[in-house]
Amino acid sequence: MTIATDARGAPATGRVWDRLKNFLVYGANSNPGEPRIPFYRHTLVVRLTHWLNAGVLTIMLMSGLQIFNATPALYWGKQSDFAHPLVSFVAYQNADGDIVKGETRFGSWRFDTTGVLGASRVDGEMRARAFPDWATLPGPQWLAMGRVWHFFFAWLFVINGVLFALYAFTAGHIRALVPTGRDLRNLPHEIVEHAKLHFPKGEAAKHYNPLQKLTYFTVIFILGPLVALTGLTMSPTLDAAFPFLPWVFGGRQSARTIHFICAFSFLGFFIIHLIMVFLSGTWNNVRSMITGRYRIDATPSGGARA
Amino acid sequence: MLKSDRRNLLRGLTLGTAGVALSGCKSLSQTQWVQDVLYSAEGLTRRVQRLFAGSHALATEYTRADIAPVFRTNGSINPPTQAYQRHVSEGFKNWRILVNGLVEHPLSLSIADLRKLPSRTQITRHDCVEGWSCIGQWTGAQLKLVLAMAKPKQNVRYVVFYCADPMEDLDGDGVPDSAFYYESHDLLEATHPQTLLAYELNGGPLPVANGAPVRLRAERQLGYKQAKYIQRIELVESYAHIAGGRGGYWEDQGYNWYGGI
Repeated sequence: MTIATDARGAPATGRVWDRLKNFLVYGANSNPGEPRIPFYRHTLVVRLTHWLNAGVLTIMLMSGLQIFNATPALYWGKQSDFAHPLVSFVAYQNADGDIVKGETRFGSWRFDTTGVLGASRVDGEMRARAFPDWATLPGPQWLAMGRVWHFFFAWLFVINGVLFALYAFTAGHIRALVPTGRDLRNLPHEIVEHAKLHFPKGEAAKHYNPLQKLTYFTVIFILGPLVALTGLTMSPTLDAAFPFLPWVFGGRQSARTIHFICAFSFLGFFIIHLIMVFLSGTWNNVRSMITGRYRIDATPSGGARA
Repeated sequence: MLKSDRRNLLRGLTLGTAGVALSGCKSLSQTQWVQDVLYSAEGLTRRVQRLFAGSHALATEYTRADIAPVFRTNGSINPPTQAYQRHVSEGFKNWRILVNGLVEHPLSLSIADLRKLPSRTQITRHDCVEGWSCIGQWTGAQLKLVLAMAKPKQNVRYVVFYCADPMEDLDGDGVPDSAFYYESHDLLEATHPQTLLAYELNGGPLPVANGAPVRLRAERQLGYKQAKYIQRIELVESYAHIAGGRGGYWEDQGYNWYGGI
């Protein structure tokens, strides 16, 4: 890749600012002065469901951690084998009864996580709590209210998801999200290109690339239903109505564990998603998710694309 | 009603964004209208769950091999009142369960009376609101038989259970002495075939820590709905006049009345 020299002979600080601005708007592999094509990228339904989902999932995660704190351990099976959790968060206290240490346990592995996991400060005082107050909703230990937040926004999560799915299947948007055989064959190449921060340009930038398709499809159509179903499996009334639910997931406690893994998969997706938005042009991406309008670098990139 | 539901939904959407910014702060959760909006989903959840579970869907029953070696205890594990301790020392032979309120025939049942009724034994999973589960075998009389004996009046909607365990320490001596536990169920859950006045756990007399001499089993509900140490069962049209007015001790502390999820 050639780096454009500044023909105007502007001072170095000006060139740095131009390049930084270009990075923040168009991303890591876009040059200042590149001719760009306007492109209507996201429909109104996609934009609305996207932002609604962002808010709803944040609240679901934080209120979920509040609920988790009431039993800071995960188990496998129909019931809780209290002596053998898969994961647990433990607080230690000294002879005076003060909480002094927080520990995270994976099976027989133990990690000192004082201050963040197992024990952390609430209003300056060390408390026994799996996740710290800045990560939970409400902040202080308040299971009843955490549940109320969670079960209100769970409805919005499901309604939003169903609306998106209906739209995707009726408006043909689903075709943009399902990876094709060719996409899957291109995956290794695509991963290398992403690692080099070579993002699609030209015509190729008008479609989701194979990695995007695979990620979005998995998150929306696998992780989404899975988190909802494992959540519902924790309901004793729904287990009576649909006994196959706990059976499918290996028991209520297994469902709770899978629910937790799903939640952290969403968090993992969210972090990678933000990094990719940042690297591939923060403002261009954010604008396209607000107004729908995106700008594509006109010069096609080197690599072959689907 | 529809209009207010829609307004609540819109407010909820606004909350979504506000909640993120203010999560570390508890003020949002303490704001009345925020609570009103959030609690408004409870009725929807109850109706939809009931639509699927109806009045007869049975909770899964497990095998003897699934029974937990020790049934987990939670909440009150030994009511400290003199009256209760006297019953313990007497082996609960003078314990009475009153059934009154909106009934034609008020009852006063001893544990022996309860044991004379046809019994049901079920191995079920207990799901605590805190998230854990524990499997145990319960034996008791179906609540619907007891209610039928009392002949409920037409306007009965709820069954309220009054318990012997105090939850709060009023005189500050470190021993709970007031705010006795209570719970309520609607008739649909109260007359469910698996809803028992249970007097045995895992084939032995119900231990004190698990609610001796008699506790409720409502297998499609969370643990806090399953009152222990039951002394009185009152049939009512509304629970609004009882204690905090929200249908149970924990409900008065903010927990949902509908404990199916």
